[in-house]
Amino acid sequence: MAAPPDALQPYPVVGALPDDGSLTRDLLGPNWSASRAWWPLFIVSGAFAVLFIVAIAFTVVKGIGVWGNNIPVAWAYGITDFVWWIGIGHAGTFISAFLLLLNQRWRASINRLAEAMTIFALVNASLFPLLHLGRPWFFYWLVPYPATTGVWPNFKSSLPWDVAAIATYFTVSLLFWYLGLIPDLAAARDAAPGLRRRRVYGVFALGWRGRAREWQHYRVAYMLFAGLATPLVISVHSIVSLDFSITQLPGWHSTIFPPYFVVGAIYSGLAMLLMLVLPVRRIFHLEEVITRRHLDNIAKLILLCGCLLAYSYVCEMFGAWYSGNVYERFAMLISRPFGPYGVLFWIMTAANVLTPHLFWSARMRTNTIVLFVAGVIIWVGMWLERFVIIAGSLSQTFLPSSWHLFIPTWVDWSLLVGSVGLFVFLFLAFLRWVPFVSVAEVKRLRLDVQRGVAERSAT
Amino acid sequence: MSAIFNRRAATVARATLVALCALVILIPTVAMLWVRTPWARGEHRRIVQPVPFDHRIHVTGLRIDCRYCHSGVERSASAGLPSTQKCVSCHTQLWRAGSPMEPIRQSVATGRPIPWRRVTQLPDFVYFNHSIHVNKGVGCESCHGRIDQAAEVEQAAPLTMSWCVDCHRNPAPTLRPLEAVTTQGYVPPGGDRDIELAAVLMKRYQIHSLANCTTCHR
Repeated sequence: MAAPPDALQPYPVVGALPDDGSLTRDLLGPNWSASRAWWPLFIVSGAFAVLFIVAIAFTVVKGIGVWGNNIPVAWAYGITDFVWWIGIGHAGTFISAFLLLLNQRWRASINRLAEAMTIFALVNASLFPLLHLGRPWFFYWLVPYPATTGVWPNFKSSLPWDVAAIATYFTVSLLFWYLGLIPDLAAARDAAPGLRRRRVYGVFALGWRGRAREWQHYRVAYMLFAGLATPLVISVHSIVSLDFSITQLPGWHSTIFPPYFVVGAIYSGLAMLLMLVLPVRRIFHLEEVITRRHLDNIAKLILLCGCLLAYSYVCEMFGAWYSGNVYERFAMLISRPFGPYGVLFWIMTAANVLTPHLFWSARMRTNTIVLFVAGVIIWVGMWLERFVIIAGSLSQTFLPSSWHLFIPTWVDWSLLVGSVGLFVFLFLAFLRWVPFVSVAEVKRLRLDVQRGVAERSAT
Repeated sequence: MSAIFNRRAATVARATLVALCALVILIPTVAMLWVRTPWARGEHRRIVQPVPFDHRIHVTGLRIDCRYCHSGVERSASAGLPSTQKCVSCHTQLWRAGSPMEPIRQSVATGRPIPWRRVTQLPDFVYFNHSIHVNKGVGCESCHGRIDQAAEVEQAAPLTMSWCVDCHRNPAPTLRPLEAVTTQGYVPPGGDRDIELAAVLMKRYQIHSLANCTTCHR
């Protein structure tokens, strides 16, 4: 390494990497043959995906009465799962777009994984509101199109905003992901064993040859997409939070919601990213590509988001107390911590507020087991947060005579577990057939590190 | 390394991309155009009734008022169909024979009503009341067309929501004096655009523009 070691930065952004040719072979190797553990995992996750489909079919055929939702708890698992999944997606865009614009070079080796996580999380997220419509085949009524009804969707409602936000987010994420993939697909086309594989990758590589002109256009387009995607990290989850905060329900009716939800979204996504990156790094021996620097940086981001989230929790409570409104005070200070879902509130608080403080310790930030376990805890904690906010607030509202608890049915559980199954299924397919580390970007990073231009801007 | 695609591959790839984009635009466009055609709405579709009742003879020829047979129209939600008794009050005297009258004779003998087929059908989620329209000066003709010229009755209006809502938002041009509600081929005294009469009728019948969701979807 030409760059001098940095006292503040003990870990290199890339380890000792071989030359470009070997790097292509190493990083694309997993795409040519399945490892022994892949098939069993693929089949098991596929079975859970089938469970998901069965639960969806059951919901569509019988109607959403098969869920545990009922007045007053009209929103429960469905919306909780939606907010949870779409939040998870945000970390992917944060890493791929935000960090690109901020010239954080360490994103190069994990951005592809993070973007795939975004796409698959969005696939899950967009299904839940559709199912919640009750008659999902009329979903297009939410889209402002010239209808023969003579009326438009209610633009004052945040639900049509949701449709616009999710559709934009999904489109931009997919295109951004695919654009980044093109050079790697071309590399896969050239390196793949067998004509059939080369043809398949060749079709998706869209005729990429790696000419200077192509790279020039590519870089401009990639930056433009990053510019488009970056505001979406902020706007999409802000709009999702407005689904709640523009209502008058105590526990939802809070102006802190947009930033609070955005921070929570990135937080949950980083937690899930750890759950994905750590096994991938271990199984495919990527310790030199995804170095301790990456783990250290993700842990630091988790620490930051965790602190901001804790601040939001306190703000929410303070706002309720300071308002002087008896219903606000009851919802936030009595019902939430000590009401029927109080246990969940305390588990959530412990998981989301306490866990990240492990990462004040530098050793914890690079301990893969601690990182993985913390990731799982925060991942679950963030689901609980959404449940406590959504179902908890609805179950005890203004009139004690209409209080009602939400009890999930087997369909609710199947949708939750099945969506995780579908995610794992899609992610395993991605690992098997798609270059899951950006080969081109890792090569460029390695070159820049050798030249000594990366380290200055990589911290 | 040998080439993995032949020379035409680039053309095929470009054509496929263009075709995909075209489909994305074309499919919704065609769908939106289709729902605006009379075929999609069931307008002018032939509906064969059990008795070949000819409105031309009864309305134009015999000058029978609509309300003689559709007697519920001023008082209830449904305009109603005449009972067989109403048919045979005349048809015991004239035109008793002939096979077209067979269902009527059957109905009299068995006491079962004639199974008329509905022509103008609104969806079940729409609340519609004939009496309020007829009593506020909306003519039969406005929705059902020129019944006096119909050998067989067919759906004369598109029955889309925008067709309802257009009139609900701006009822004035459709109004006529109550005396002319059942008139066929009505022309306002001041010509087609009689704004003064419309304003008078709006006031006389106390008509409001009711375009709330709950006006029709209750």
